[in-house]
Amino acid sequence: MSEWERLDRFLRTDPRDVGCDEAMAVLHIYADLAATGENPVERYPGVAAHLAACGPCAEDFTGLLAAVASD
Amino acid sequence: MPQWRRPGAGSVASVELAGPTERELDAESADWLRRLSAGAGALRQQAERELHARLVRIALAEVNRRSASTPVTGPELTDVAHQAADDAMLAILAKLADFRGESRFITWAYRFVILEVSSKLGRHYWRNPPVMLDAAQWERLPDRLGIDPDQHAATAGILAEVRRVVEDELTAHQRRVFVAVVVDGIPLDALAARLSLQRNAIYKVIFDARRKIRQALVANGYLEDGGLERR
Repeated sequence: MSEWERLDRFLRTDPRDVGCDEAMAVLHIYADLAATGENPVERYPGVAAHLAACGPCAEDFTGLLAAVASD
Repeated sequence: MPQWRRPGAGSVASVELAGPTERELDAESADWLRRLSAGAGALRQQAERELHARLVRIALAEVNRRSASTPVTGPELTDVAHQAADDAMLAILAKLADFRGESRFITWAYRFVILEVSSKLGRHYWRNPPVMLDAAQWERLPDRLGIDPDQHAATAGILAEVRRVVEDELTAHQRRVFVAVVVDGIPLDALAARLSLQRNAIYKVIFDARRKIRQALVANGYLEDGGLERR
């Protein structure tokens, strides 16, 4: 990826992005789907778009997946 | 008395479970709900102890996982984990009726403690912040954006235009939030705590700022239009 592409990717906004509140409201469902090998992106494309753009929410998702996997 | 068993807290004995009946849940989730809703006896207390122990374990693992990205360290980090587990426990007991069986119960419960860890680390950031609010370290922007040092000179023009747009075309609030999070690298949750805003409110400001900056860069010939930008 070129530097310009990197900057362009950062500035691009995805209209499917549902925002933090909606993403966090279903994060447990999204994580369970991911943990059981299903594809949460198909069911929640707006959440996937958000997690791709929001570092803190993506971090929460990673943490929740790790928590589930640790059981 | 545990922090999460304060008088009057967690009184879920008479809660009627909303959503799917226990028959529709997996066996483990149904068992958690049955025991946590079992009245004030030993069965419920044992379930609460088990759940709290799990939340503490998850919180400790989570603060450890995030330790490289927070200025919070040592005993304070451990305290954050315990506080997060206690507050998550209170929230779970208070919201037990909201669990609708759309995920496993334990995943639903773990979400509370993960979000508590996020929120508390954001608030604790300001006890020893590596960057102060309004520092405006524009010279760090290339690194923040992951631009290779060899390419700093090549991208200087477009980054100068980004700065011009931020300073000339964003609102004061957008500018302050964008500079804090993107330019200075202040964690979004830390800024949210400092400004007494929700994470989503900060994210929306940055979302709008990114869109506005990109539109300006396209209008001025720095970037091409097209792609995902449809909003």
